[in-house]
Amino acid sequence: MKIVTGNDLTTGAVVWWTGTAWSRHITEAIDVGDKGEAIARREEAARRVNIPYVIEATPGAHGPVPAHIKDRIRATGPSVRPDLAVTPVDESVGSYVI
Amino acid sequence: MYRYDTYDQAIVDARVEEFRDQVARRISGEMSEDQFKPLRLKNGLYLQLHAYMLRVAVPYGTLNPEQMRMLAHIARTYDRGYGHFTTRQNMQFHWIKLEQTPEILAKLATVQMHAIQTSGESIRNISADQFAGAAADEICDPRPWAEYIRQFTTFHPEFSYLPRKFKFGLTASATDRAAIKLHDVGLQLVYGPDGDIGFRVYVGGGMGRTPFIASLIRDFLPAASLCSYIEAILRVWNRNGRRDNIHKQRIKILVHDLGAEEFTRQVEAEWQAIRPNDDDIPLVEYERIAAHFVPPPFEEGLDDRIDRTDPAFSAWVERSAHTHKQPGYAIVTVSLKPIGGIPGDLTAEQMEVLADLAERYSFSDLRSTHEQNVVLPHVRKSDLYAVWAALREADLATANLSLISELIVCPGLDYCSLANARSLPLAQKIAERFADEERQRDIGELKIKISGCINACGHHHVGHIGVLGVDKKGTENYQLLLGGSGAEDASLAKIVGPGFSEDGIVEAVERTVEKYRAVRNDGERFLDTYRRVGVEPFKEAIYG
Repeated sequence: MKIVTGNDLTTGAVVWWTGTAWSRHITEAIDVGDKGEAIARREEAARRVNIPYVIEATPGAHGPVPAHIKDRIRATGPSVRPDLAVTPVDESVGSYVI
Repeated sequence: MYRYDTYDQAIVDARVEEFRDQVARRISGEMSEDQFKPLRLKNGLYLQLHAYMLRVAVPYGTLNPEQMRMLAHIARTYDRGYGHFTTRQNMQFHWIKLEQTPEILAKLATVQMHAIQTSGESIRNISADQFAGAAADEICDPRPWAEYIRQFTTFHPEFSYLPRKFKFGLTASATDRAAIKLHDVGLQLVYGPDGDIGFRVYVGGGMGRTPFIASLIRDFLPAASLCSYIEAILRVWNRNGRRDNIHKQRIKILVHDLGAEEFTRQVEAEWQAIRPNDDDIPLVEYERIAAHFVPPPFEEGLDDRIDRTDPAFSAWVERSAHTHKQPGYAIVTVSLKPIGGIPGDLTAEQMEVLADLAERYSFSDLRSTHEQNVVLPHVRKSDLYAVWAALREADLATANLSLISELIVCPGLDYCSLANARSLPLAQKIAERFADEERQRDIGELKIKISGCINACGHHHVGHIGVLGVDKKGTENYQLLLGGSGAEDASLAKIVGPGFSEDGIVEAVERTVEKYRAVRNDGERFLDTYRRVGVEPFKEAIYG
């Protein structure tokens, strides 16, 4: 599957495209098929996201799992600071993402 | 320390307002990210993995308690309660919001701090010996010269549109604690033939993708000619340096391509063409700056002995207290490398503890180091026990300086958008593997430096043991390097062989260390053993 991610323009927070808006939670990201680049261009032009890009992911029990470790870390937060994780600390989620 | 005059303050305040306008135009859509990016970078603002990151300049690593408390305030109010000391003596915050950045910069300006030129193709923060003004082995305090260079180069037209970033490092000691030979320009203050003070000038050092040890291009430059000489160096680079390939644009590439001899010839010719007839530094201007760096009012006749009957205190003194030029005083390095912690990270509360200790025990003077620690430069020996007790209370009394668990580490893939692999969890694993204090002391001086990518912010090229994280088909992989040094005996570490997984590299480090223990001579540190026996015994131990 393909999902779209970027950073919020004003806060810099990592966000994921849900089909209608941007969410902090990758669990809400949807498969955009071949429309990812168009979504990214449109949303960036509207200043709803900064530096969006399309990534490969695979469906998982807790939502999409990005193919690259960089985006898996973006999805949760620094692996050395679980206290700063985006989602509540949950062992299964932690091991699933990283 | 240097205090802003009205011109300095006006410049920094104006810069804050300029950036406030730029941020507003970015948020309103008047500026695209492509237009905004070079502007935010020149104000130290990156976009990293999780948020914006703001890198605050700490000129030559010197801070006062008021500034440290402001950093604590920013950590607590605008970030997530902590900051990170970098390998250029700066502090960076990893969770900054763009919309709050002008407010943060305005607050920094109230304590004479800024983030100007901590990124981008500019003269970066000038680094210096963290023991400056206190070291027993220095010939003078190098910081007035560092400040002079900072003022001379900031916003100077010749230095404003450089091919790439540019870094100065200064020391006034034969023992190099500032890694000057790994800088674009390294300056060592020395005595000349007539007993005058001047500079030994090194050019073209650096790490990153193509590491080089700097070449000595002038054995003695009269101090009064410093500005015209560094301008000549920059002019030769501006004229001949490549701008067509980002990987070939640093001055080290030009020095290497031309050869040190030809590069030197061109600099000397340029210098003769542009140098004034007389000294180019008006003495009154140097004295204006130097007046900010007069030694504090040390007490005379203090007891030079330290009561080391408490074994834990004694172990800490052994690692953390260094010889001061003034009898009765010591320089204290505070390790920011607790076992299992994140190297260089400091909580807001710890920043405030250090500010309080500096105020009470160190003439309100603090330093950051390129090895990601903090220094209290002027502590009475009779106060060391009280300082140690307060540090221990704040989890800042780890007695591991220059030992194997005191690693130098970049933020890596946990924070950095350029990184290929995580470096922090690896550092934690290595520190935990070697946590036993007795074993660490037996191993002795051993500097491990880890970078999460080829840009080498973790200085892996000059680690006695270096580790470089790479991306191997989408997974993290780590290369092991041996034999580097960033000190006066500078050398570049060499890759030993094929890379490892995260667990594999920890095992490889352990095998390296055990081989060293097996083959070392009495009192021989790791680096000297490596230089004596070469890589083969280690390679055999690591790969079998």
